[in-house]
Amino acid sequence: MQPFRTLHSTVTPLDRVNVDTDQIIPKQFLKRIERTGYGEFLFFDWRQDPAFELNQPRYKGAQILVANKNFGCGSSREHAAWALGDFGFRCVISSSFADIFHSNAGKNGILLVKLSEGDVNTLLERAKKTEGYALTVSLEDQTVKDGQGFSASFEIDAFRRYCLLEGLDDIGLTMRYQDKLDAFEKEHDRKFWLAPRGLAVQADAPSAQG
Amino acid sequence: MAKTLFEKVWEQHLVAEPANEPALLYIDLHLVHEVTSPQAFDGLRMTGRKLRRPDRTVATVDHNVPTIAADRLIIKDEIAARQIDALRRNCAEFGVELFDVQSREQGIVHVIGPELGLTKPGMTIVCGDSHTSTHGAFGALAFGIGTSEVEHVMATQCLPQGRPKTFRISVEGELPEGVTAKDIVLGIIGRIGTDGATGYVIEYAGSAIRSLSMEGRMTVCNMSIEAGARAGMIAPDETTFAYLKDREYSPRGKAWDEAVAAWSELKTDEGATFDRELVIPAIELTPYVTWGTNPGMVIPITGEIPGPETAASEADQRGIERALEYMGLKPGTPMEEVAIDVVFIGSCTNSRIEDLRAAAKVVTGYRVNEKVRAMVVPGSHRVKEQAEREGLDRIFREAGFEWREPGCSMCLGMNPDILTPGERCASTSNRNFEGRQGRGGRTHLVSPMMAAAAAITGHFSDIRTWEFKGEEVLA
Repeated sequence: MQPFRTLHSTVTPLDRVNVDTDQIIPKQFLKRIERTGYGEFLFFDWRQDPAFELNQPRYKGAQILVANKNFGCGSSREHAAWALGDFGFRCVISSSFADIFHSNAGKNGILLVKLSEGDVNTLLERAKKTEGYALTVSLEDQTVKDGQGFSASFEIDAFRRYCLLEGLDDIGLTMRYQDKLDAFEKEHDRKFWLAPRGLAVQADAPSAQG
Repeated sequence: MAKTLFEKVWEQHLVAEPANEPALLYIDLHLVHEVTSPQAFDGLRMTGRKLRRPDRTVATVDHNVPTIAADRLIIKDEIAARQIDALRRNCAEFGVELFDVQSREQGIVHVIGPELGLTKPGMTIVCGDSHTSTHGAFGALAFGIGTSEVEHVMATQCLPQGRPKTFRISVEGELPEGVTAKDIVLGIIGRIGTDGATGYVIEYAGSAIRSLSMEGRMTVCNMSIEAGARAGMIAPDETTFAYLKDREYSPRGKAWDEAVAAWSELKTDEGATFDRELVIPAIELTPYVTWGTNPGMVIPITGEIPGPETAASEADQRGIERALEYMGLKPGTPMEEVAIDVVFIGSCTNSRIEDLRAAAKVVTGYRVNEKVRAMVVPGSHRVKEQAEREGLDRIFREAGFEWREPGCSMCLGMNPDILTPGERCASTSNRNFEGRQGRGGRTHLVSPMMAAAAAITGHFSDIRTWEFKGEEVLA
């Protein structure tokens, strides 16, 4: 995963609430078995409208997306994060994000920045008004700044921040606890009432495989 | 110390609680389907990792499969066929049991887990599908995950998870006539909004929830994610145990008694505290219909389409304007005057036997309106067989409904079952997002009875004034 430290980029404003993952990547593109190549299908239906922000030349190449509250709600499809990343977005700023999308974005090196509704509105207005409007997002300092005096700091879970800064692979991190996992699993397997195939596990508990 | 149901399940699955990191949560059951798994299996192959616990992993095909019998063996959509083939190869290579298209056990993943008894109280359950919250109806902690997390569970059988907050929603009192589980959850989402429970696990409690069947409880928990909650839970009780007894994968004999004893501990202790609480008197609930483009845009069947002035903020106001335009609706129009083109009865929200019985009861003695295309898609082969044994298929067919093979179908239109632009659908599914059932399609979420009534009259109709013609048929 590509580490995220500081990003300076132009901004695409998406002044909509409750942007769901069905809009970010419609279902017809979920049949593909690849992990890449979703960028061209990002916001596919909305892009049929020539006036849609992603179609406007002035926003081309922006790596920061600013949107209204509850961004990424709905389906768990990680394809939404893949599509945003593949299109070129490395950061989304909103006043709130849905839980599953939040975790999917992090696993793909996309930083989600939560600011107040007032701040998000300021950024949306400025991005719409100012040609070439750009922001500097620093994960190290946890700040968002523009060239017109806007400055805001944001909160982020310390572990998520660390993984993004370092570009770390989750499975490798979990396997640091392999011994604990093996021991836990051995004990846990005795609880046949928590096993999908209850009696088989009770009679013949499989040993933990690394 | 007094604990909540969530805390009990959470604590029983903590592998490690490292400082300044999310907890590592052990996963008891991993459900897999064709859409969100191919990239995860590829990841395992690329890194040379094994699937840690095939015995805790179960796969089926549901999202892509056509629902017309003749189209199921050779799938014409090449990209869909390739995805289903990938699942077959992956399951064979990694030793995962797959309930394939022809299998008697095939069905929507959230229907077959419970009906086979794979789902059990107190378990942790994940699936690359946001409606995994369904399984919380059994007192399991069940939530949807992305494909990176699918790969993580495949490799390690656990997940790093931040601890969610807890939210108890109690629905108290007797449900008014015509108000179903679907109406309970639509009523909740209408009150708290689509982000009202983001960051929380909901526990549904109260006498109205206790009075629900397992099918009804699954409907409620299913839509937790539509309120932003990754998981919803209901404490297991006699209703739960009666449902699970003698299921395929349920423990038997002495093991059954031990299991019930363990499961019976899974309830919120007296005096346990929640981060948030909401009490809704059941008497306030009515049959609901969504009017807009998210499940929080919902009104009683007797209501009128709202206007932008009802919004809480300017951004919301623009959201309402957009939704009205997309849905082709004018503020002030009575919901009952809105005509429909299509009726879809199915999905992981409402495709179980009880849902089909309720819809059939409404349909008996009537014909589908000549302007309406109506279909019933049972949630699984077992549901379909049971319905056919009870003669429900005949009631639907004779009324003019199509009777299909199991799958996700028109809930998300990944298979050939879709709306055409501008078509308006009364749907028992869970999401009314723009284009969800087909590009330009207009979705209104309702209960199975309300969908059935709309199919007959051709417009949304209040089930409380319905004239039931054939109760003796189903008695």
